Amino acid sequence: MTRTPLRPLARILSARAAGENPDAIERENLRLRHEQMRDKSRSRAEVRLLILGIAFFVAFSTIGARMGLLAATEPVEPRAQAPGAEIIAQRADITDRNGRVLATNMLTHALYAHPKDMVDPARVAKELAAIFPELKADELQRRFTDGRSFMWLRKVLSPEQMQAVHDIGDPGLLFGPREMRLYPNGNLAAHILGGTSFGAEGVHSAEVIGTAGVEKFMDARLRDPAQAGTPLALSIDLTVQATVEEILGAGMTMMNAKGAAAIIMDVNTGEIIAMASLPDFDPNDRPNPVLAKDAEPGDNPLFNRAVQGVYELGSTFKIFAAAQAMELGLLNAESMVDANAPMQWGKHKIKEFQNKNYGPLLSLTEVIAKSSNVGTAHVALLIGGLRQQAFLKSLGMFDPTPVELIEAPGAKPLLPAKWPEIVTITTSYGHGMSASPLHLATAYASIANGGIKIKPTLIKQDSVQPGIRILREDVAKASVAMLRQVVVKGTASLAEVPGYEVAGKTGTADKPKRTGGYYKDKVINTFASVFPASDPRYVVLITLDEPVETSGTEPRRTAGWTAVPVAAEVIRRIAPLLGIRPLVEAPPLDGLTAVNN
Amino acid sequence: MRPFIYVLSFIAVLGLGFWAYREHYETREALRDVQSLQAEIADLRDALALQRAEWAYLNRPTRLRELAGLNFDRLNLLPLEPTQFGDVAQVAYPAVEEFFGQIDNPVSVIGDQPATGEFP
Repeated sequence: MTRTPLRPLARILSARAAGENPDAIERENLRLRHEQMRDKSRSRAEVRLLILGIAFFVAFSTIGARMGLLAATEPVEPRAQAPGAEIIAQRADITDRNGRVLATNMLTHALYAHPKDMVDPARVAKELAAIFPELKADELQRRFTDGRSFMWLRKVLSPEQMQAVHDIGDPGLLFGPREMRLYPNGNLAAHILGGTSFGAEGVHSAEVIGTAGVEKFMDARLRDPAQAGTPLALSIDLTVQATVEEILGAGMTMMNAKGAAAIIMDVNTGEIIAMASLPDFDPNDRPNPVLAKDAEPGDNPLFNRAVQGVYELGSTFKIFAAAQAMELGLLNAESMVDANAPMQWGKHKIKEFQNKNYGPLLSLTEVIAKSSNVGTAHVALLIGGLRQQAFLKSLGMFDPTPVELIEAPGAKPLLPAKWPEIVTITTSYGHGMSASPLHLATAYASIANGGIKIKPTLIKQDSVQPGIRILREDVAKASVAMLRQVVVKGTASLAEVPGYEVAGKTGTADKPKRTGGYYKDKVINTFASVFPASDPRYVVLITLDEPVETSGTEPRRTAGWTAVPVAAEVIRRIAPLLGIRPLVEAPPLDGLTAVNN
Repeated sequence: MRPFIYVLSFIAVLGLGFWAYREHYETREALRDVQSLQAEIADLRDALALQRAEWAYLNRPTRLRELAGLNFDRLNLLPLEPTQFGDVAQVAYPAVEEFFGQIDNPVSVIGDQPATGEFP
């Protein structure tokens, strides 16, 4: 670059000659040079700004375009990572305690129609009606042609039905995938499982929601996507449950009962090993029966007698009075109790079964073994109403059972409004207050496990429940020994199962009439038992509704003739399944015995 | 020196571009594979779930009970009974294998060396 000098000699000289200040020339040149420099750097800065501007524009356009793309596209799972077991099923399976499936899902299809896409609605209507008997051809045709653009036809289809619909070949008939709940064992454990139905339904999927039983109670757990892969293990043992239902069904028929319930419970963990209620239903096709106006709730097959049915449970309550009297130190097993029947209390007369009189005095063990109402009444009066209520409350008899069924909280025991002494007396032998068979089984389990209160549960437990002590260990043991005497020499002699030392108490309660008072020939028979008596492991409770045993000359309605033999058969069959060896009696002495001379 | 660097970097850019192009298509191919595998896994899972359901259905206690009853003359299956519990003492020991023969009557196991000096 050529630099023009600031003071060009020729101009300076001529300026000096003209008498001008030559510094003006230098300043002028300096100004011109500065202007030149300024112009140059401005143009350079302008180019830089332009480049920077373009760079920013490109960068922000890229970000904006990416954001727009993300917002506009359908969300997809990141494909590069391997998904785990999360996307298997939308509802977790239910299994028994050994992992055998009780409820699972099956992929099937729903059928819907786009009537506007239909080629020949009349033919489609006719052919659909031929495949599905519940659809009527003329009704379908009317709905196909009334201008609607969408309609549901069937919630689920079998593969054969789906193929048949395919064969109609009309573009207006469409299938949507459905996950269907399947109970492979049919009626087995129906009341425990409850059932499911479809919630919100869409074309591509539908929600499956629990409608009763465990399915509804554990709905949140079963639908939790994080736990969809781990099945919910119930405490039920499928084999035991099947056996109990089989025997209970046979027993109900033999004893001409109209309903029956059974509970098998582990006394230490509170786990319900089997629970049955008859009549039952198929949860795959949950019925919706219409009942007569005067029908009892128990006539509904959906009614779970073991949990929802609150009944006066009769003499099975007597052991509570005896146990409490021993706990309080008022009596021991051998104490003599006034049992002189009939007993007059105010305007009420307390009588024994068939107006017998076991008195004047009976030992406490005999009171239980012979099921003496009068004896128990005297024991209850000794204890007093307040302490009796406190003890029954501690056994859980006053509150709904905390079992994991949606129906449980609704089954509140029916208690008398006031608790005068006559209620103390009647409650001691199981009249006046009503509770469910599950309440009774829980209370018996608390006695049988050595006096620890337990919580009944349907979920498989890994360890023994911690619980508060409500009876001393020796009292609990003595109570079980008394129950054993009921079987050995009392009202439940038919419950003797060789090798299993059954201990239990019978209860026969007249059914209350809806209009007040009691039926003479309708009873609820209960047998609550524990086995083996020397080290109780399980509670077995059988309840029969309106049974009558007709093998004798006159009909027999006491629990000893109806519920007890059923319970004995249940124990004989399930004890080996539960892995309990029969206790072998001492071997008979050898024929040759040493004799002292 | 400078033109050499220019040429080298140009070749590097070309090479990297080619590499990136190939990687891109390989990744897409791998993703497609993953997708088809996942679809296959999902199908197999569905099939497995269905087979499990079918297994449970075919092994439902009522059916097994009926089958045991129908085939009683061949299988003689009866419900488990308390009397079927046995004792270890009732189990017979397996018969003693006659390997050593009678141990109280010793057998000579020392061989005689043949005259040839070779073992048979």
